[in-house]
Amino acid sequence: MKTNLKIKLQALGDPTRMAIFERLERGPLAVGEIARGLPVTRSAVSQHLKILKDVGLVASQRAANRQIYRIDVDGVAGLRDYFDRFWQESLQAFKQAAEKSLKEKSR
Amino acid sequence: MNALAAVPSVRHTIMVEAPREHAFEVFTRGIDSWWFRDHSIGTEPLKEVVMEPREGGRVFERGIHGAECEWGRVLAWEPPSRLVVAWQIGGDWQFDPDLSHASEYEARFIAETPTRTRVEFEHRHFERHGESGRSIRDNVDKGWGKLLAAYADAAQAS
Repeated sequence: MKTNLKIKLQALGDPTRMAIFERLERGPLAVGEIARGLPVTRSAVSQHLKILKDVGLVASQRAANRQIYRIDVDGVAGLRDYFDRFWQESLQAFKQAAEKSLKEKSR
Repeated sequence: MNALAAVPSVRHTIMVEAPREHAFEVFTRGIDSWWFRDHSIGTEPLKEVVMEPREGGRVFERGIHGAECEWGRVLAWEPPSRLVVAWQIGGDWQFDPDLSHASEYEARFIAETPTRTRVEFEHRHFERHGESGRSIRDNVDKGWGKLLAAYADAAQAS
């Protein structure tokens, strides 16, 4: 599973996200713990975590008033969520391309 | 082998201010005009995305130096009303030629008026990628990579 997720992460191609992911491989952590020792700000780490969550590589839950992040072990469901966003954006782009090219055709 | 539990389909409906024929055309032959450039799995920077306009046609990307990287295959080509494409990229972001490991997406083009088309979109059978993802994992776990490398060395030496 981890190998599979790592390939996916490499596809995302960001060394900071890879570093965050590797920290989470050792166990669930809060943002502050993840950011410690990384050469980026805590808010940058939060941004990276959001991207990792969006593509279904990382999940989070609240525990004792803190957001705890962990690796999302359900990769297939993660893939589904990824495609949900992917198609939502792509279909919008398709709509715009179709309407724009129609206008150009009728000119 | 236990079948993996079905994963819910991704469904979207979108209204396009264009006749059905035009919408189908742009969705298929015109795929390169709307595909996000960062959604690419090839080793080269993306030059164009191609859908061969027929049943059995390939869907692939071409890199700036001409390398082709396949994504899928046209399963149903019914202009201007329906398209089904097998999505052959699994959770490992690699092309898998085995169609039983592929999910698929369907787009139906419904004429609301002569100049307006409703596109009903569904991407389904994600669990099939689970099967392929699992077998890849198993192979890696068993060290098949090393085994194959040893085999390749032996084949070259002989």
